[in-house]
Amino acid sequence: MKDMNTTAPSLEEMNLIKKFLDDTTLFLGPDPEIMQNHDLMPRTQDEDAAIAKVSDNHIVAKIRDRLQSGCDEGFEMVEQMGAAPGAKWGDVITGVYSASGDLAIASAGGVLIFSALVHHPIKFIIKNWINEPTVGVKDGDGFIHNDSRYGNVHNTDQSMILPIFHDSKLLCWVASTVHEGENGAIEPGGMPSMAESPSDEGLKMSPFKVVENYQIKRDVLTFLQNSVREPKLQYEDMKVKLFACLRIKQRIEETLKSDGPDALVSTLRLTMEDVRAEVKRRISEWPDMTVRSYIIQDSTLRENCVVKINCKLTKTGDRLIFDFRGSSPEFTNRATNTIVAGLKGMLSQVFLCYVWPDLPRGQAAFAPIEVITDPHSIVDCSYDAPNSQSLMSIFTGFTAGQHAVAKFLYSCPEKFTKVHAPTFNMINTFIWGGVSQHGETLGNLCADLNGMGAGATSDRDGEHALAPIFATMADIGEQELNEEEVPFLQLVSKKMTRDAIAPGKYRGGQGYSMMVSTKDSEQWGFMTTAEGAKIPPLQGLFGGYACGTYPLCKVKDVDVYDVLMNEPEKFRHSIEEIMNEQPFEDAKYSTHHMGMGFEISKRGELFMISQGAGAGYGDLLERDPVNVVKDIEEGLMSAEVAARLYKVVFDPKTLAIDFEATEQARDEERKARIARSTPYAEFIKGWNQPKPPAHLPYFGCWGDDIDTLYMGAPDITRRADEPRPNYMMHPKDVRIAELEARLTAAGVAGDEKQ
Amino acid sequence: MKIPMTEYLRINLETEKWECRVCDHEIAPAEGNYKEGLLVHNRDPREIHPPVIDPDKYKFTFSPDPEWVRILEFCCPSCGTQVETEYAIPGHPPLWDMQVDVAALKAQWAARGPAMLPDAGPSVVAGRAHTH
Repeated sequence: MKDMNTTAPSLEEMNLIKKFLDDTTLFLGPDPEIMQNHDLMPRTQDEDAAIAKVSDNHIVAKIRDRLQSGCDEGFEMVEQMGAAPGAKWGDVITGVYSASGDLAIASAGGVLIFSALVHHPIKFIIKNWINEPTVGVKDGDGFIHNDSRYGNVHNTDQSMILPIFHDSKLLCWVASTVHEGENGAIEPGGMPSMAESPSDEGLKMSPFKVVENYQIKRDVLTFLQNSVREPKLQYEDMKVKLFACLRIKQRIEETLKSDGPDALVSTLRLTMEDVRAEVKRRISEWPDMTVRSYIIQDSTLRENCVVKINCKLTKTGDRLIFDFRGSSPEFTNRATNTIVAGLKGMLSQVFLCYVWPDLPRGQAAFAPIEVITDPHSIVDCSYDAPNSQSLMSIFTGFTAGQHAVAKFLYSCPEKFTKVHAPTFNMINTFIWGGVSQHGETLGNLCADLNGMGAGATSDRDGEHALAPIFATMADIGEQELNEEEVPFLQLVSKKMTRDAIAPGKYRGGQGYSMMVSTKDSEQWGFMTTAEGAKIPPLQGLFGGYACGTYPLCKVKDVDVYDVLMNEPEKFRHSIEEIMNEQPFEDAKYSTHHMGMGFEISKRGELFMISQGAGAGYGDLLERDPVNVVKDIEEGLMSAEVAARLYKVVFDPKTLAIDFEATEQARDEERKARIARSTPYAEFIKGWNQPKPPAHLPYFGCWGDDIDTLYMGAPDITRRADEPRPNYMMHPKDVRIAELEARLTAAGVAGDEKQ
Repeated sequence: MKIPMTEYLRINLETEKWECRVCDHEIAPAEGNYKEGLLVHNRDPREIHPPVIDPDKYKFTFSPDPEWVRILEFCCPSCGTQVETEYAIPGHPPLWDMQVDVAALKAQWAARGPAMLPDAGPSVVAGRAHTH
């Protein structure tokens, strides 16, 4: 008999243990082996054989272009036919994946991160369903998926995944993903900030079969429709995604007919390998250096607090390593956490959208780049943490990466884009829901989230309200068309918000104001899900400034439609005028952070927000005075602010510039800077503190000590490698406690029984 | 050879120093933190991002909260050019944002030669980029 204490199990025993575990697996949750790996799968024997037969660069390029066109065609179909508002503005993507599940080619337009994460659910299907007798993977099957923990940004995005067979052999996969919006979560619209656990986040579709023989299974469809607020949208978009996949399949089959399966398999594999090799070559051209940055989230969307996204980017030779250790611990009952794959997907967008947009869009461009995180942190959350507002963490993670990367690129002789200050990164828009003027139950959002201001570049101002950081070619939709379907108007739309600026030698592109008001429904409301009302969510670049901050403004106890009908002269067309002049008597005017939970609105109340500006680049005293005056003329900046900040001297009536006086004013300001500033060594003696300030609820590391994470107060910490729950009180309970304390202090609560 | 590292900073490979590109001021050792050779000003963020709505009436005004965040402005002690900004939590040590491996930088540029220096600063130069 073996000594159980000293002898390791034999191979036979190990196999027996493995079989036992396989046979008795009770739940196929997200697989860490799949979810932690973003690199390409190893080359298969089939791929080796195909490459041995076909590897001519011209053939590969021809087929790649053909598949790219097929993906673009699928993308166009979804965009034109999709019912979800997201589909109509380009929050969509299609892609072709290798037999092993790697994304080889994605459509040129759309949200790359969607497809960059679909390799995870495909690999789950390959690992678990192909040989599972109760499921299987056959020609004509289609799989649906949305649960981010199995590979997705957030559960509002749904994918349709089809295997492509040739002569009964699985050759590749195609998939289409759309930001669908509604998913039956605790709040309408699919991105609940009120979610305190994954169970509040609505539909949680692990990858499962929903299509057989190219037909959507009606029983499963009905269950899905019954689980969301928009049953018709659910059906329509499942069909649209299925038919987009079938169109790509058709293009693949045409390729198979003309060039054969080896050419296809070889093209997919070589495209990925070539991109991966090229990325390593490009990285090797960067200087060997470590760049540090951090971005602050100033809320959890439920309460204001200071949440650090810590980023150290190190390049050595052809290795590039993102180190996000020291970032905030995950929040046990707040939705702003992300799975690490989401962070990686967003970082891949830094490169494919802003650094190397010439590379074929696929998984390979980020494959060789390494990412280090603390498990159970806000950028690498656990299975049990809600993540429906993961955008808050992946977008601030993106910005930390974008900010750090710019400092590597400046000295590179070979550039593929211009050096770029961070683009605005928050989805300042209205999510809406309720019953429409047509009696439809709806839940979705305004496409204005796609109007993020661009960061300035090394030789140009950032463009206004250009594009979201997750989709450089998305649209912001036609408001008039939207208003046919929803019971509210944007009374002011696309008007630039004056003085909400990011100054610099080149200024950031600015954002525009939105004022919405419900009109034809008594059952309609809004929510907003953005950070950055107390601390800007960006950093400036090379002496430029970040954006300012952006609040939510409300005007209640007013019906602006009555005002417009009876006293139209009282209406104002900017947030500045309405809030400062308070033109509607007896109305209540208030400001809030941008994390408004779903709130029912009454007819004629105003909800007002602004898109944000991208960051500025360079010393603002170097800005061409002509461009400063142009900004005044275009209503981007008031004359007073322009003169004070940029030190441009001009005639207040004609705006004629006095160049000589401007030069003199700027020289004086440079001298004044020197006079008011302190040498670094002296400065940090007074500035540096050993711990976060007591007045701030601070989360994350402080300084360089990434092993200690603060959890809301200077005396509450945990080690980075020892996860602990991190609960936040309900903001209403916090408020009640404050008020009760005041009652107690005033001596009027003493007789209440406890 | 002098390598432009940012809009306003370069590394002189011979002297191994960070230098100001505007006034040629020698700032700090290249192996170290260039900020140590600069001046710093703790800026109230409301001065740069002015309130759009009345701070006497409202809690949130489009201006960052000065109790929550400050702007550290770093300028050249010689010419006053603003080299970098850092939006910092009060009391948070400023970042050593660019920690350069100077030996590797020297080797990289010895192999490239001065002809490859970005001649127009950061611009994308025709013929330098990868093309198909």
